[in-house]
Amino acid sequence: MTDIAATPRRDAALTALVRHARYVIAENPVTGFAFVLFVLIVLAAILGPDIVPHNPLTSDTTQALKPPSAHHWFGTDQLGRDVFSRVIVATRLDFFIAVASVALVFLMGGLAGVAAGFFGGWTDRVVGRIADTIMAFPLFVLAMGIVAALGNTVQNIVLATAIVNFPLYARIARAEANVRREAGFVEAARLSGNSDWRILAFQILPNVFPIMVVQMSLTMGYAILNAAGLSFIGLGVRPPTPEWGIMVAEGAAFMVSGEWWNAFFPGLALMVAVFCFNLLGDGLRDMVDPRRRT
Amino acid sequence: MTTAVPALSVEGLSVDFRTRSGIVRALDNVSFAVDKGETIALVGESGSGKSVTAYAVMGILDPAGKITAGRAMLGGLDLLAAKPNQLADVRGREIAMIFQNPRTALNPIRPVGRQIADVLIRHGNVPRRDAPDQAIDMLRAVGITDPARRAKAYPFEMSGGMCQRVMIAIALAAKPSLLIADEPTTGLDVTTQAVIMDLVNDLAKEMGMATIFITHDLALAGQRSARIVVMHAGHVVENAPTEELFKHPRHPYTAELIAATPDAAASLDELASIPGALPDLRRTDLPPCRYSERCPRKIDACVQPLPRSTSASGHMVACWNPLPERIANAPTESAA
Amino acid sequence: MLTMILKRAAMAIPSLIGVVIVTFLLTRALPGDPAAYFAGPAATPQAIQEVRVKLGLDKPLIEQFGRYVVDLGHGNFGNSLTTGQPVLTELRTRLPASAELTLLGLLVSILIAVPLGIIAATRPNSLIDHACRLITTLGVSLPVFFTGLILVYVFYYLLGWAPAPLGRLDVFFDPPPQVTGFYLIDSLIARQPEVFMASLKQLILPALTLGIFSLAPIARMTRASMLAVLSSDFVRTARASGLSSYTVIVTYAFRNAMLPVITTLGMVFSFLLGANVLVEKVFAWPGIGSYAVEALLASDFAPVQGFVLTMAVMYVALNLIIDVLYGLIDPRVRLEA
Repeated sequence: MTDIAATPRRDAALTALVRHARYVIAENPVTGFAFVLFVLIVLAAILGPDIVPHNPLTSDTTQALKPPSAHHWFGTDQLGRDVFSRVIVATRLDFFIAVASVALVFLMGGLAGVAAGFFGGWTDRVVGRIADTIMAFPLFVLAMGIVAALGNTVQNIVLATAIVNFPLYARIARAEANVRREAGFVEAARLSGNSDWRILAFQILPNVFPIMVVQMSLTMGYAILNAAGLSFIGLGVRPPTPEWGIMVAEGAAFMVSGEWWNAFFPGLALMVAVFCFNLLGDGLRDMVDPRRRT
Repeated sequence: MTTAVPALSVEGLSVDFRTRSGIVRALDNVSFAVDKGETIALVGESGSGKSVTAYAVMGILDPAGKITAGRAMLGGLDLLAAKPNQLADVRGREIAMIFQNPRTALNPIRPVGRQIADVLIRHGNVPRRDAPDQAIDMLRAVGITDPARRAKAYPFEMSGGMCQRVMIAIALAAKPSLLIADEPTTGLDVTTQAVIMDLVNDLAKEMGMATIFITHDLALAGQRSARIVVMHAGHVVENAPTEELFKHPRHPYTAELIAATPDAAASLDELASIPGALPDLRRTDLPPCRYSERCPRKIDACVQPLPRSTSASGHMVACWNPLPERIANAPTESAA
Repeated sequence: MLTMILKRAAMAIPSLIGVVIVTFLLTRALPGDPAAYFAGPAATPQAIQEVRVKLGLDKPLIEQFGRYVVDLGHGNFGNSLTTGQPVLTELRTRLPASAELTLLGLLVSILIAVPLGIIAATRPNSLIDHACRLITTLGVSLPVFFTGLILVYVFYYLLGWAPAPLGRLDVFFDPPPQVTGFYLIDSLIARQPEVFMASLKQLILPALTLGIFSLAPIARMTRASMLAVLSSDFVRTARASGLSSYTVIVTYAFRNAMLPVITTLGMVFSFLLGANVLVEKVFAWPGIGSYAVEALLASDFAPVQGFVLTMAVMYVALNLIIDVLYGLIDPRVRLEA
């Protein structure tokens, strides 16, 4: 396992990937647009709290429920807080939830799936049973139950999302592991003394990653919707934390009486983010497997 | 060739396909004719454009395909210029087609009797009530035993041979005057092949129907057709009565094809192969004669546009340096 | 066919067992102490302990589980702590409300998505095809409660076309006599056209919300499936036989293309069951979704258990129905078994 020989190959693979990416983006400008949007979202997540015009947490009841204006671009909510600042700052939390959920489910589902596909037998059956049980629930209902039982913290929301998506990732990983069980590099790793688990974690799982990347982009969108939905019914993040879902929930009552900006802008942000991840997922699918284009 | 109006006359047909990697000039100036009641064969290796010709004539080309020139006269109607509803009327009623892979060519979730009835109702002026019975009659006519029971069966319950019979029944239900059979026996075992071909021939004779039989198997073509049209890379290179073609092939490609056709007595070593491969039809610099790059008889004149010379006996060859007429010994005597 | 159904039903049993176990564990883990709640705010610790013993909450978990299963077998889902009513009764009363809404939403969705998918497939790369793709991606990105809120804002607040989102029926009307629990059906049976119209008016916005939510996967699957079928060999044969456009597209192509779409409906229904909860909150719909959320927030675990169990059973039943439907359409499934 020399690194000297690997580096030029890795570099060549990287440039090929970049070239291919550029080709796909040129072919399909929508993917390029989604990519730009993605970068904007990441920037908002990282820089958000530092660049917003108002403090997202300061309330000023004299300024409550003011419509959008030059001073408050998105208006103010029922506690006089600037909606625009809250929406931007909320990007960090929602993005974190998305990324954390996806990372967790990739590790959990991915490892379980490759183990099931690699070892077969009892491992396969147990993982299968767990996946079946999870899939027997309508998924949002299960997420509700998990968060309600464990408490509504961000960690539990991430955990619930990961559990609910577990069967899908386990299934994809299992199929891929089955295919690669007899592959040459696995044999080589085994012969050089690696234990089965090391092989799973360091050889097979990384190979499964590109195939999962499409699903992971879609799951990021789903994770945000899930968290938002949970917040909407009161099982998500707790106020006054800015999070898109809970902002829509708080603004919902006012929507009916005409103060639309309270719920509209966070909802719009939700939509834009999820839309971006979905488009990105479609674009990635074109890159990874053009045969499966819909 | 008689002077009577042919059943189908294809004149100067050219077809291009738009693909990701360029335009494929699949057919270039294809012309041939079928007389009423005549059985001809369209022969060539895979990729020669035989099926594309048929699909173009039937109007069922892939959407990526475009007919860039030519006519296909069926009686007085130019099929290539006809409007879609005119075509839909003519298809099935005047001109019909059967395909290879009969099982996938039939609707998997519809009983075969109903598939035949659909055509009868559409074209045969048969009232809905009578169609099922007539469908059973058709099944009997194509030699399916116990047709009343089989009419309710699904394609997956039948053998390949039976499915092909059903497809023939569907094609012939409205008694068309021309049948195009695209590799109908590929995938069937030899015995079934012979039986199916006999069936088509018998029905054609009975109905006075012309047949275009598309195949890559020259021997099979030789057994069943009165005239053979040889295609190579989207061109018609030779067109002659069968016996004449085998005894006196004039186009170098035909000669190689005959040499490459296995016969029962030959061993694997004696099997000749045709050197080279089909040219890439996406090239913009394709030579006028698409065989010239692999032709052993190539001369300087071959860079000119293809000539077409037809002898008095109706033997057409498109070549600048054809094999001489009436050559005493053809390259290898085949068991045609 | 019957054997196939029984086999599928048998395969569902282990999943149901898993569901029962998981539901039990989850709800037992809910925060809050039901004994304290039951005993009342002024109770002494001793009184609370007595209540706990009475409720059987001091027994080991395994024993509690055993009793739970036995109760389930007798159809006893326990009582709601907040309302004191048997959970089963409340579920039974509220289920038709959710079912009517979900089914109507699904119907709306199918009526829009399927033709859209078919047309997009028959005219690839046309304006309609791109519109279809845009709508489906947008539809998947919209949070369902957001859609509901926007619809309420536009059609109720701005345009005044829709009634206030206050439940199944305007206060001026009485619900029709109960036959199925579906107001639309029951009002027709009882010959009360005004009640029918009133319930329909209340149903439109929430059903539309659910419909928009499930539009995307159905349209997408219809389009993809039709595209695949339209380029298949047997459609080519049908065209070559000169069959009419309608026969080719509908009788030959669509019937075959429908099969994966029907399977998708199962997945869509699962999403709808989850989305139901959110929509019921937006429109104050008295269904089992809002019942469960209220109970969940109050740590009232019997209704939550009942709700989750009901949902899971409905989902299993639905998948069975879909399998049967599939078998009816595709003879290969029922004859090759």
